[in-house]
Amino acid sequence: MSNTSGQLLRLENVFKKYKKNIVLDNISFSVNRGETVTLIGPNGAGKSTLMEIALGILDVSSGVVHRAKKISIGYMPQKVMIDEVLPLSVSDFLYLRPNTNYDDVAAALKVVNLSHLAGQPVQSASGGEMQRILLARALIGQPDLLVLDEPVQGIDIMGQQEIYGLIAKTRDETGCGVLMISHDLHLVMASTSKVLCLNRHICCSGSPEFVKNDPEYQAMMGRPMEGIAIYNHQHDEGHDHKHHSHSASESDNRHD
Amino acid sequence: MIDTFIINALIGGALVAAIAGPLGCFMVWRKMAYFGDTIAHSALMGVALGIAFDSENLIIMIATCSSVALMLLFLQRDKRFSSDTLLGILAHSSLSIGMIVISMMDHFRTDMMYYLVGDILAISTADIYTITVVVVLSAISLFFIWRPLLSLTVHEGLAQIEGVRVNLIKIVYMLLIASLVAVALKVIGVLLITALMIIPAAAARTVSNTPLQMIIFASICGILSVVGGIFSSSQWDVPTGPAIVLSATVLFLCGRFLLRAKS
Repeated sequence: MSNTSGQLLRLENVFKKYKKNIVLDNISFSVNRGETVTLIGPNGAGKSTLMEIALGILDVSSGVVHRAKKISIGYMPQKVMIDEVLPLSVSDFLYLRPNTNYDDVAAALKVVNLSHLAGQPVQSASGGEMQRILLARALIGQPDLLVLDEPVQGIDIMGQQEIYGLIAKTRDETGCGVLMISHDLHLVMASTSKVLCLNRHICCSGSPEFVKNDPEYQAMMGRPMEGIAIYNHQHDEGHDHKHHSHSASESDNRHD
Repeated sequence: MIDTFIINALIGGALVAAIAGPLGCFMVWRKMAYFGDTIAHSALMGVALGIAFDSENLIIMIATCSSVALMLLFLQRDKRFSSDTLLGILAHSSLSIGMIVISMMDHFRTDMMYYLVGDILAISTADIYTITVVVVLSAISLFFIWRPLLSLTVHEGLAQIEGVRVNLIKIVYMLLIASLVAVALKVIGVLLITALMIIPAAAARTVSNTPLQMIIFASICGILSVVGGIFSSSQWDVPTGPAIVLSATVLFLCGRFLLRAKS
């Protein structure tokens, strides 16, 4: 707690229970200005629950959530699908953010290099463009804290680099803090300052390098990845039947 | 010289259609066409309760429709059942309650057909005043909730995090639908009111590039359908409600096939 003036968000001993199920078990961490904190963990680890608590739309069962006074938060949800039945341009989509005018919209589109799409139907954007549009909406009004839920899910490598680059650039230029969810440490290694490895409780936390070599992280996420072959193999042994049959049919090496 | 009852029908019908289109757009956008049906079914329960209290009371109608709408919001909290299922339960339960209440009143014999398809040609001047008040209030409310309602229609979670009071806005929207159904009952009846919300909205989609354009075109399509329906019904002596619905369908098909061919 040395840098309290730049602190945007602090959680202290947060617990969340649904009936008798403990979903979050004694979580404490903070996000400061200018830093990126990444939450990482398998499906069902409580990442989204923790994010909703951080955003203030879900109450804690016990513990304390401090948000710095009067900070504005920009939020980028996971993939958004907008039905074709709604005639909505990219600009109009961004304009839906409360207290926004079209100058803000144009400025935000410029930041993500999508000014040319402004008048296009939002449904016509590609996967990578849609993620940048969502990022633009989060950036409107220069938020103090950016909260990003799997910002590059389903995006190709080039697109991922572009989005992470934009996030890092915004953070460095505006000095905002970033709280990000990811299910894959390797994707966020380069752009994050602190990693929290979550599986209901915080298994380990620290720099990406530190977390990568932590035995608890390795036990939770599988052995360190040395190549795609091993990665596939992990899935073959797992309980994920969809992946199982998929990779089995590709590699022709069935276990049953 | 046009008869007064035709003029009343045109004015009353146009007023209802003017607000049914915009409200219907949100129903189309949110994929809840069945919601309109459910509220319409519950209106029949409102009619029955009104008769039980010996008056055909608009307040009772609106209250009944609203409570069914709020019941839906409450039941939706249990994520195990989809809205689709819940709407089915509410629609048929309220319809059944309505029919049982009516059957218990021996002294009352009414033609249920009237409530199913409405009778636009029987609209009185007093009815027009009522309709005007409800439609103007609805339009004003819609103006105020327009942006937040559109935002939560696009993405509820994002809207909530950006500070939209999602539940409040949803309740207001549902109350608007409930009020519309209550006043539209006389005009077009339980079975056809959803059509007046959905079809003009769908017809408007083909010619619209923005949400605002779509609600304006939906209003216009609705009004044209009412006018077309009333005139074709007096021309060929067919029931007015269904004629209005089919006029809307013709507009939809025109937009769908003629304008698509152009683009």
